[in-house]
Amino acid sequence: MSTETDQGPGITSGTGAKADQKANRRARRVLFGCAAITVLTTLSIFFVLIDNAASYFFGARITEVLVGGSFEQTITFTEFFTGTRWAPDHSTPAHGILPIAFGTIAITVGAAFVSIPIGTATALYLSEYSSKSVRSKLKPTLEVLAGIPTIVYGYFAISFINPVMLGPIAESLFGISIGRYSMLSGMIVVGIMTIPMVSSISEDAMQAVPDDLRNGAYALGATKFDVSLNVVIPAAVSGIFASYILAVSRAIGETMAVTLAAGFNANITANPFSEIMTMTAYMVSMARGTSAVGTVEYQSLFAVGLVLFLMTLVMNLMNDWFKRRFQEEYR
Amino acid sequence: MTSADDSGTADPVGSTESVVDTSSGLSDRATTRSDTIVEAKGVDVFYGEDQALQDISMEIPEKQVTAMIGPSGCGKSTFLRCINRMNDQIDVCRVDGEIEFRGKNIYDDDVDPVVLRRRIGMVFQQPNPFPKSIYDNVAYGLKIQGKTEDMDQKVENALKGAALWDEVKDKLHTSGLDLSGGQQQRLCIARAIAVDPQVILMDEPASALDPIATAQIEDLIEELSRDFTVVIVTHNMQQAARISDKTAVFLTGGELVEFDDTNRIFENPQSQRVEDYITGKFG
Repeated sequence: MSTETDQGPGITSGTGAKADQKANRRARRVLFGCAAITVLTTLSIFFVLIDNAASYFFGARITEVLVGGSFEQTITFTEFFTGTRWAPDHSTPAHGILPIAFGTIAITVGAAFVSIPIGTATALYLSEYSSKSVRSKLKPTLEVLAGIPTIVYGYFAISFINPVMLGPIAESLFGISIGRYSMLSGMIVVGIMTIPMVSSISEDAMQAVPDDLRNGAYALGATKFDVSLNVVIPAAVSGIFASYILAVSRAIGETMAVTLAAGFNANITANPFSEIMTMTAYMVSMARGTSAVGTVEYQSLFAVGLVLFLMTLVMNLMNDWFKRRFQEEYR
Repeated sequence: MTSADDSGTADPVGSTESVVDTSSGLSDRATTRSDTIVEAKGVDVFYGEDQALQDISMEIPEKQVTAMIGPSGCGKSTFLRCINRMNDQIDVCRVDGEIEFRGKNIYDDDVDPVVLRRRIGMVFQQPNPFPKSIYDNVAYGLKIQGKTEDMDQKVENALKGAALWDEVKDKLHTSGLDLSGGQQQRLCIARAIAVDPQVILMDEPASALDPIATAQIEDLIEELSRDFTVVIVTHNMQQAARISDKTAVFLTGGELVEFDDTNRIFENPQSQRVEDYITGKFG
């Protein structure tokens, strides 16, 4: 700059500016590298899943085929997607994913029945009704709830929800003696775990609704309930829905808590007090080290993992679709 | 910033003259006797420790336009929001004194602010239509108040009353947000009058609009005063002179310095402070 004082600072880059540009480019490359890591990781995981799942269905990995191996279908898709018995590690193996897919879906739906109403109501209370002092206590409590390790939730289910809460109900009302695990206990514990996710994201969306809209409704003689139901929720609907999707995705992928709560017995049942097995619980039980690398039961892990991956992918796509559709309507 | 600019840039003498010219047509109406619909008695308002209004007493006449003018921060909007208890929404706001609506103190314990606001509607500075269709915007107040019979007719009447019907009658079910700013504000006025309130409070309803839209709103306000009592806050003195029957001048510190017929305020203010303010010597 000092060399250009006679005519004021020029716009051509001096030596200092050149160094600046270099640093700028370097920073850009480092940041890009970090961002690329996440993309590469996702792609690698997807590839590993597909590669090993191919081995499960066709007897050879894609990488083996590339160096001269050949595919030979051992497990048909029909058996996999429609079979009702899941026991890849049994002496008479069966490869129907339905029982554990049922487990995952049942837990997810049951959990949604807990987390969505309670989470939405909590968000509405925090955003529209609570006084500052209540809010300042409730919000941190919810954050603590979100930060508890899932294994702790699992032990909470196995030592409290199942034996203390559900046991007496099953016994006295239905005459069923409850075991160590139950589907209902899994639904409840996963539901509780995902409440903070629904409430905090929904509350953010509700808080983002401009006060102008609320005032417009209050000035027409709306009650707080009218304003919440007819102004705040419709205006925040895309954020609220996003919180549901995230909570459901979390429930689909939830592992530790649900394994400890719902158990390891793959079966399709309508009895909420019976033990079931989710896809994640199966993966945990298989990954404990008893199955050798390369065996069918080991490869089945990847097939199940791929299905899980696709389920959460569908949830994400739904979220995107919904967001686009409703942001158009409520700018 | 707002009020000072409007008055300060104009030639003091010239602006006073134009003010008198435009308001003189209204003076007949202003001097006719009219019943008081809202009466403030010694109103003090505090935001936490800060006092925003000091001992305000005024009588607002029925079916006339009462304007409240004054520099920014003088408390005129605060006072307006006291009349329908919108200040209840603000935790730290405290109102002392009495405001009577048809003889009943609206701050009595047995008054439900929700019911009060069904009698005293409000239009805000920024047009704030709901993200719903034009029809649903107007119908919203009717729905929450349970006045659902003849809904189509009521919506049409309100839109006609707000001079918006001809522009929107073919697109009632498109979003209210697709309208222009001036149309949105008239939609908000339609929404307010649909529920047939007795008083309409307007908080600088034209300050976010262009001159043409502003003129439309001003015409509309004069129309509305046939059926409704209108109380309008404005920082635009010419606007107050053009459209109001009575004018209240609030000055810094939250005092009501003068309240009289509009032509008297602009022609012959009683206090030096008001004269200085309306002639643009300070603000």
